[in-house]
Amino acid sequence: MSRAGSGSLPRYIFQRIVLVIPMIWVILTLVFFVLRVAPGDPVSAALGSKVSPQALANARERLGFNRPLIAQYWDYLSSVAHGDLGTTFSDNQPVLRVVRDNGGATLSLTLAAFVIALAVGIPLGLLAGRYRDSVADVVIRMFGIVSYAAPIFFVGYLLQLYVARPLGLPTSGAAGPFTVLDVHPKTHILLIDVFLTGNGADIQDVLRHLVLPAVTLGLLICGVFIRLVRVNMLTTMQADYVEAAEARGIQRGKVTWRHAFRNALVPVITVIGLQFALLLGGAVLTETTFNWPGLGQKLVYYINNRDYGAVQGIVTVFAIAVVLISLLVDIVNALIDPRVRF
Amino acid sequence: MRSLFANLAKPFTQTAGLARWMLVIGVLLTAFFVVCAVFAPWLAPYGFAQSSSHGTPFPKVAPPSSQHLFGTDRLFFDVLSRTIWGARTALEVVILSIVVCVVVGVPLGIVSGFYGGWLDRILVLIMDALYAFPSFLLAIVFSFLLTGLLGGTVVAVSLSLSVIYVPQYFRVVRNTTLSAKEATYVEAARAIGASDLAIMRRYLFGNVIQSVPVLGTLNAADAILTLAGLGFLGLGIQSTDAAEWGHDLNRALADAGGGVWWTGLYPGLAIVLLVTGLTLVGEGLNETLNPTLRRRRLLPVVMPVREPTTSLPEEQS
Repeated sequence: MSRAGSGSLPRYIFQRIVLVIPMIWVILTLVFFVLRVAPGDPVSAALGSKVSPQALANARERLGFNRPLIAQYWDYLSSVAHGDLGTTFSDNQPVLRVVRDNGGATLSLTLAAFVIALAVGIPLGLLAGRYRDSVADVVIRMFGIVSYAAPIFFVGYLLQLYVARPLGLPTSGAAGPFTVLDVHPKTHILLIDVFLTGNGADIQDVLRHLVLPAVTLGLLICGVFIRLVRVNMLTTMQADYVEAAEARGIQRGKVTWRHAFRNALVPVITVIGLQFALLLGGAVLTETTFNWPGLGQKLVYYINNRDYGAVQGIVTVFAIAVVLISLLVDIVNALIDPRVRF
Repeated sequence: MRSLFANLAKPFTQTAGLARWMLVIGVLLTAFFVVCAVFAPWLAPYGFAQSSSHGTPFPKVAPPSSQHLFGTDRLFFDVLSRTIWGARTALEVVILSIVVCVVVGVPLGIVSGFYGGWLDRILVLIMDALYAFPSFLLAIVFSFLLTGLLGGTVVAVSLSLSVIYVPQYFRVVRNTTLSAKEATYVEAARAIGASDLAIMRRYLFGNVIQSVPVLGTLNAADAILTLAGLGFLGLGIQSTDAAEWGHDLNRALADAGGGVWWTGLYPGLAIVLLVTGLTLVGEGLNETLNPTLRRRRLLPVVMPVREPTTSLPEEQS
């Protein structure tokens, strides 16, 4: 990345962290102005037409909408810097509480999807790359392309029609009503809370609700991993060191396993960071398809209510999450692969 | 003219086996949908928002029959007609958004790469930030703005798609410009007194534009998915303005619990097939144009029969 750097790890990490700040600032600025340019008065849009003009004016005053744009912008930036994401207009909740109550569901969904995508995608990609142009390669590549080409909500729709109905799996929500009553919110992540409660039937219920959404979202990313691992495998199989290993008479299987596979997997870590952005986008669609009580579904709900405060707050959270994850991945990458630092 | 055809056929002539097949299938799939889109008024039995014909209203959520080959949906619309008209909407949106991307991204990339300095830094920062942000969320935010300004029209949705792809064009073009401007022919052009504008227009543009087709095809596939995603969330085109597959699937989802399959299956399949087609074309182009992945067709080499250098005299045998 930074060719001028001295190559030391702390220095690289420091440079990377410094780069994060302008990045977040640009996104926040963009979101702020896009939402301000959007037509319609946010206050009357959120409160509806039933409210009297006097109440509207009061709300506008309280929310600071009659102040100059630049002052509002400054307020927004400084409150984000203080960890305050504002409140929603339509139901007057702190955005942070919305994030706490719904972020856990999104987190468990995306993590489960990642596990499925990696468990399916990496072996298939390695297989396809190792046996290039064989029948297995063709089938796996087509699977990869089609699983990427199939929109999330279509996969979800098919699963609901042809899998959920025969198997009796739930297609809506994260848990049954009785489970929700049973579980005490400790971490506000249902998947963890239910294990803390330790009731077998509840755990089963939560996992049954998780299966279909996680598979749906996992399939989307799975295609990406297949393509990536396959192409990396192709390039490493052609690399000089693989040829050298073969020339030294090392068995073919051993060469593939020890020399090609491992090096083909290094870029996967980088891409996991990039895929996180794709996953968050996909999570919005998966959550809507399966009525999953996550942050993405909330975002759509607030957008349809034209609640500017909530949309701004949730988008800010997503932006910060994505940037921080990519920072984390870059640091992990630099720890494993010294070439990155130089 | 001949060289144009030769260039167009290059992906076919330079690939072999699997890569060629994928390219052919991709082109066929894409062509099928282009035909549907162009000839939609003649191919579709009904209009996309038509709920009755000759005074008789269509049935609601009726299974496929001879009258309605793909059945009807909960708004009394004919599913086959909407699936065909949907191709037109998809094509309009994709073409419009890619044209906007090229018109905005390519000049910005050339100028940024050519001049460098603070303008370059600011543009790179903005584009990187846009690129790092989840593209679908960006599309949601911009369609929130643009459908508010312009209504749920094709133009509004196309523009919000453009926003998420412009950074890619900018990056690619800027990087090619950076390396191309060091080339000797640019130096020569400068030596004979060509202005900056002339250098950018006549010497850099032609070099830089070559990376656009692959990017365009791959973006087209992604754009169709994003368009459908926005439609599914109800943020895209309204169903009375145009037929849009994603929005149709949203309505179909409500029927899935009752076992109604025809309202969602056909628009869904249309998306899968078209995106698959475009992806195959993009991958095929990539495999021919990207030398690290390329596997050229190997022509069989016939070795000349090796003649003995000194032939034995006949009379000795």
